[in-house]
Amino acid sequence: MEQTILEIRDLVKKYEDETILNGLNLQIRRGEVVVVLGPSGCGKSTLLRCMNALESIQGGQISLEGETVEKSSKNITMIRQKIGMVFQSYELFPHKTILENITLAPVHVQKRSLSDVEEEALALLKRVGLSGKENAYPRQLSGGQKQRAAIVRALCMHPEIMLFDEVTAALDPEMVREVLDVILELANEGMTMVIVTHEMQFARAVADRVLFIEGGQIVEESDPESFFTNPSTQRAKAFLQTFEFHKEQKKDS
Amino acid sequence: MQDLGISILFRGSNFVRLLGGLWVTIRISLLAAGLSVPLGILFGLFLNIRNPAAKVIGRIYLDFIRIMPQLVLLFIVFFGATRAFGWNLSNEFSAVLVFTLWGTAEMGDLVRGALISIPKHQYESAQALGLDTLQTYRYIIIPQTLRRLIPLTINLVTRMIKTTSLVVLIGIVEMMKVGQQIIDANRFEYPTAALWIYGVIFLLYFFTCWPISRFAKWLERKWN
Repeated sequence: MEQTILEIRDLVKKYEDETILNGLNLQIRRGEVVVVLGPSGCGKSTLLRCMNALESIQGGQISLEGETVEKSSKNITMIRQKIGMVFQSYELFPHKTILENITLAPVHVQKRSLSDVEEEALALLKRVGLSGKENAYPRQLSGGQKQRAAIVRALCMHPEIMLFDEVTAALDPEMVREVLDVILELANEGMTMVIVTHEMQFARAVADRVLFIEGGQIVEESDPESFFTNPSTQRAKAFLQTFEFHKEQKKDS
Repeated sequence: MQDLGISILFRGSNFVRLLGGLWVTIRISLLAAGLSVPLGILFGLFLNIRNPAAKVIGRIYLDFIRIMPQLVLLFIVFFGATRAFGWNLSNEFSAVLVFTLWGTAEMGDLVRGALISIPKHQYESAQALGLDTLQTYRYIIIPQTLRRLIPLTINLVTRMIKTTSLVVLIGIVEMMKVGQQIIDANRFEYPTAALWIYGVIFLLYFFTCWPISRFAKWLERKWN
């Protein structure tokens, strides 16, 4: 049996009076790729941010390998090192070169030797097609390149699990592919990942399991084939139809 | 000697006196700027406190200093304080005090602006990589804040150097005043003295502030 790496029980997240997540339960196994879908504002991104304790939670429990993930917890920086996160708007540090962006946390947080980390960083950059960009500053890179560098920055911490929060949503269409290819490759290597995305084709290709969230709860949960061909809930059907509709319109015109 | 007004500069110790006046200008500005920058950084941090009382106090100070012309502040401190409290403040001390009060307010606002201009995502990215609060500030937030702040601070210093010409009005003999004295003393011998002396003062101000603002421009270009 595959081992559970991340467990969420009865998660409640509120912003003042508004309840974003309402008693959500989820278990993620090691090596599993979970794609989270849902209409905008349904709490997908919030769920991801809770997994990394970027948000405080108002109820329930999140644990990673048995350790509680909580914003106020003393060893939260230790736990966060095991969780790699890539955000929607590429959040590289603008005052540091690509290589410095990548080596900062491994060197200062994990106290690894700079030369080792640099060697690893250069190898990873090469793998994602960014050889020669190591001394560039983020502003000199395209959106897709920045996002690939951000993925390398997270990978260099040797995380147990990677969280991707709509990483292609801010990209020009022709750059989406290069970023998704990197993620797909990671999936093939067995990285545990939770992915929030609006790219349905990609979701179908990369997911081991699809979660459909609405109203702060998981409404439907299944393998990608059955979710995309034959969703069992009305809400998921309606959600998928919004994408279908666009396609048919394009054919007519 | 009637033909060339510029020769007034080389009469007696006129040019050296002008330079002496420039030194008074620079001394007041540098003292005030040297005090304003650290105090302004503290004030800027104070302005970023979420406490509503701190906000009101900070706001009142900032608005009061900004709305008041510096000249009025100078008069209040130099003449008013003497009348009201019997303090016998020297004019140069009053000038440094007023320009420090003003500089602290302006610097505080610059610091506040620089701090809030760092996007929330920068903090979150750092946290997500496992950096603690101290490391986040040390490696991510403070370096970026300084980069935004240094050119702005340098511009504030040049503004301060120019504005110190007001201190003439509380009797400080700085460059402008020395210039006037030279012109007045030579009114009949050198009728065109005003043109030459003020021209030289213009150049002296220019060569004091220009390298400073070039430096700020250079930093801006280097970092952006």
